[in-house]
Formats: sequence, structure tokens, C-alpha cells
Amino acid sequence: MTRRRPPSIASPSIAPSEITPQTLFHDRRRVLAALGASALGSGMLRAAAQAPAAAPAIGAGLAPPKFTRNARWSVKDTPTSLEDVTSYNNFYEFGTDKSDPKTNSGSLRARPWSLEVAGDAEVTGRFTLEDILKPHALEERIYRFRCVEAWSMVVPWMGIPLGALLQRFRPTSKAKYVEFTTLYDPKQMPGQRSAVLDWPYVEGLRMDEAMHPLSMMVVGVHGQWLPNQNGAPLRLMVPWKYGFKNVKSIVKIRFTERQPRTAWNLSAPYEYGFYANVNPAVEHPRWSQAKERRIGDGFFASRTDTLPFNGYAADVAELYRGMDLRRYF
Amino acid sequence: MTLDQRYRLIFKPLVWVLALLPLALLFGRAFGVAGESLGADPAKEILLTCGKTALNLLLVTLAVTPLRQLLRQPQLLRLRRLLGLFAFFYAALHLTAYVTLELQFDFGQLGEDIAKRPYITIGFLALLMLLALAATSTQKAMRRLGRRWQKLHWLIYPATALGVWHYYWQVKADVREPLVYTAILAALLGWRAWKRWPALTSKSGSATAPERT
Repeated sequence: MTRRRPPSIASPSIAPSEITPQTLFHDRRRVLAALGASALGSGMLRAAAQAPAAAPAIGAGLAPPKFTRNARWSVKDTPTSLEDVTSYNNFYEFGTDKSDPKTNSGSLRARPWSLEVAGDAEVTGRFTLEDILKPHALEERIYRFRCVEAWSMVVPWMGIPLGALLQRFRPTSKAKYVEFTTLYDPKQMPGQRSAVLDWPYVEGLRMDEAMHPLSMMVVGVHGQWLPNQNGAPLRLMVPWKYGFKNVKSIVKIRFTERQPRTAWNLSAPYEYGFYANVNPAVEHPRWSQAKERRIGDGFFASRTDTLPFNGYAADVAELYRGMDLRRYF
Repeated sequence: MTLDQRYRLIFKPLVWVLALLPLALLFGRAFGVAGESLGADPAKEILLTCGKTALNLLLVTLAVTPLRQLLRQPQLLRLRRLLGLFAFFYAALHLTAYVTLELQFDFGQLGEDIAKRPYITIGFLALLMLLALAATSTQKAMRRLGRRWQKLHWLIYPATALGVWHYYWQVKADVREPLVYTAILAALLGWRAWKRWPALTSKSGSATAPERT
């Protein structure tokens, strides 16, 4: 059976220099040199990562992050409390109850961490977390977060623009999609001992989605480094999509020509699409997506209207022009 | 102490206490007793707790008959109505929590959910069945309905099955717990089928209902 491919977004109206942040673009030679140097050191890094080490407490031994607030990409809503953001999580690698990730994620060793970059890009290999972050200034953005289960939060994430990161690997013209993979290690992630999903968790974005200035690679929340239950040390944040797109504890990025096979889509293709754009008009087969309940508002948390593209329609609707959003849900 | 007194003074009060415990715990957590809370999404927690307690009590109610025979304690029957009524009580609380906390009295949405979402349709159907059973649970209703009472109260089986199905259908991916409920229900129904088998074989084709076990 062949599936019809989604209409391509062949509108090359954006020059590469516009996608790449200016500073990084002008600095690209130095950045690439740094990347090359770290690629050489990756053998050593691998050995270090595999050495048995006691699980460090999150934030222990780490300098507190330095960051600046990005007001352009921050919403005005009151952020959900740190307590709620870090104790109400869907992270099935640690269990399927919302409280499981906080309880069971102590076994995850988020430092040292390395990221493998593969696929259709000029720069591939394995990089340390430090190498990944070094050239970028951390910024904080307050994003709306909408779970496919019809609840929502407002979260001050801290991280770097995903596009700036991906450009450093110089994806080739064959790279139409980018795929992200979560760590697979049942010893560190006890939830992976049950076949609730087809591990490892894989998610993906179309390249233009990944390059959009709203897409973020997140390393912190509420001004702190990410706790394990929120996907330490590296997670995705694409605020106009349902929460499950935002793959956590990423160990691999792969550039690819084909649309990645993503975890929830494989698990229940009629319920969870590849695009998963927040859309009040397209209901989940078992529940309405028209409204959402804001976490932290208590018993009578008001059900507010869910906004198209989670309120980011003005910024991202253009990416999907001409697409049937019911079909590509 | 006579058997009758034991039931009136010990076992029935015990059922009351145990059956109200989940509700008391919910209240305790809601008001922060002993530092406990309902978590970040209290509405969902209340909804799930009431629904699961209803299912638990339905299964306990269905376990009364097998236990009577296995333990040779026919008097256990005296607890069955109470257990069934508490099951209905929690199922009603479950719907109330849905309408008030989840839908915030949006009855239009409730109607739409019942009509459009199969797992809610069957859950609502189960609740209607339990309502019929609760409404006819008095001695007076029993006398008035006579033989039809037995037939009506056979609805406990489809009501419980629909309840378990309702639970199974609403989980996202992790069906382990609904499967446990399904297994217990299957065991309880299987026991009955196994008990009835001789009766059915000896009176094959007979229109008379086999005796309730």
C-alpha cells in the first residue's frame, strides 16, 4: 500500500540566511571548527559515557544556567507553577501515571550526555551536551503547552532555537524531515520494561517546522536545568503542536528524506497523526479538542477554548497552507 | 451474639466504613490533610477515583455469590444490596464529577459526548442500568416486581461489563490495569457459567430460567 505523501511546501521564499540566526550565520566557520574538534574527541566521550557512574542529582555539580528572557516569543499568561510542571508529566519511559515520572526518574543519568547526529547532513557524529550548547546563548521563552489529552499549561522553557542548532550540522538538500529519538535503556528508564509503546520513543518534524523560530531545543524550565521527569537534559518544544511531539531525553537526531515513523502514530494511527498540530476543529476520535483545562487552576479550573495552532496561528499557519488539516491531523 | 446481630452490628457497619473510605480519602486530599493533595489536575483525579471505586465495588458485589458458596456463608447475601448501592453511588459521583468539574455544566457537550463518543455512550448506559437496579432495590420493589425483579437485576452483569469496557476504552496506551479488571470479571462470570452448566445440560431447551447462583 502506498500512502499519498503530504503536499510539499516548496515555497523557497525564505533565504537560508533568514533561517539561520545572523550571529551563527556569520560565525559559522568558527562554529563548524568547534564541532569538528568535538567530533574528534567523541571516541573518548563514548568511553566516558559508558563508565558506570552514580546518578548525579539534577543540578548537582552544575553551575546555574545563565539565560535571557526572549520577550518576542513569550506569551503573557501566568506560568504554571514549577511544582505542577515537574509533578504532572506524561513520560511513559518512567510509567504511565502522571506522577510516575517524578517518582521513577531518579535512575536517569542526565550527565554526562551525548547526542548522535546522523543522516542527510554534512556534519554528523557524536557530540557532548556541552559541545551542543556551547555556541548558543540560552534564552527563556514562555510558551503555551497543550496536551492531546485536553489539558494545558504555560511554561517558561529555557533553551536554544532548534533551527540554529540544526543548521550547524548543515543538513543536505535531501533532508526533508528531522527525526528525534529518546534514550532507550530500561535500566535507567524502568517504564521501557513494559511494551506500552514501541520503544524507543521517536518523533519527527518536517524541516521547515524544525527551522521555524518558535521551535526550541530545551534544556531548562523555570530558570533551572531540566529535571529528569521533564526530559533532561535535552528535549524538544514545538508549542503549536500537541505535547507528545515534544520528545524528551534526546540521544539522536537524524536528518531524513522520508517522514519518520513516530511513536504515538505507530501506536494508534487513527488517533495521533504525524503533524499533531493543535486544532480545536479536529477532534480526537474519543474526545473533543475544542476546549482545554488549565492545570493549576484548581477544582473548577475553567475550560477555556483551545486556539488553532495553540494560539500561534499567526506565526505558523503559513507552513500548512493548502494542506487539509483534517487529513494531516 | 447471634448471626443476625453480627451482620447488623459488625459486618454492615464495616461495609459502610470501607465503602466510604475512598470518598473520605478524596476529601482528605482535597483539603490537604497530612500534606496530601489531589495533584495538579484535581478534577481528573476525582473523576478517575470515583469511576474506579464504582468498578471495584461492582466486582466485589459480583463476588458475593461465589464467596457465599466457597466459604459456605450464605448470610453474605445480606451485604450484597449495600455493596451494589455503594457501587451505584460512586458511579453517580463519577458522572457528577464529569458534568460539574470536567464539563462545567455544559449539558450540550454532555449530550454530544453521549451520542458521539462510544466509551461515554456505554459508560452512560451502564449507569442507567445501575440506576434501574438502585431504584428497585427496596424490599417493597422486590415484592411488587416478583419474578420480574430477578430478570431486571440480571442487568448487573451487562452493567459491570460495560463499565469495564468503558474503562478499557478510555485509556491511551497502557491497558494493563483495565485488563486486570477484565480478568477478574471473566473469572466471576466464568464461575457462574461453570456452576450453571449442569443445570443447562439437564434441562436443555427448557424455557425456565435456571436458578440464580
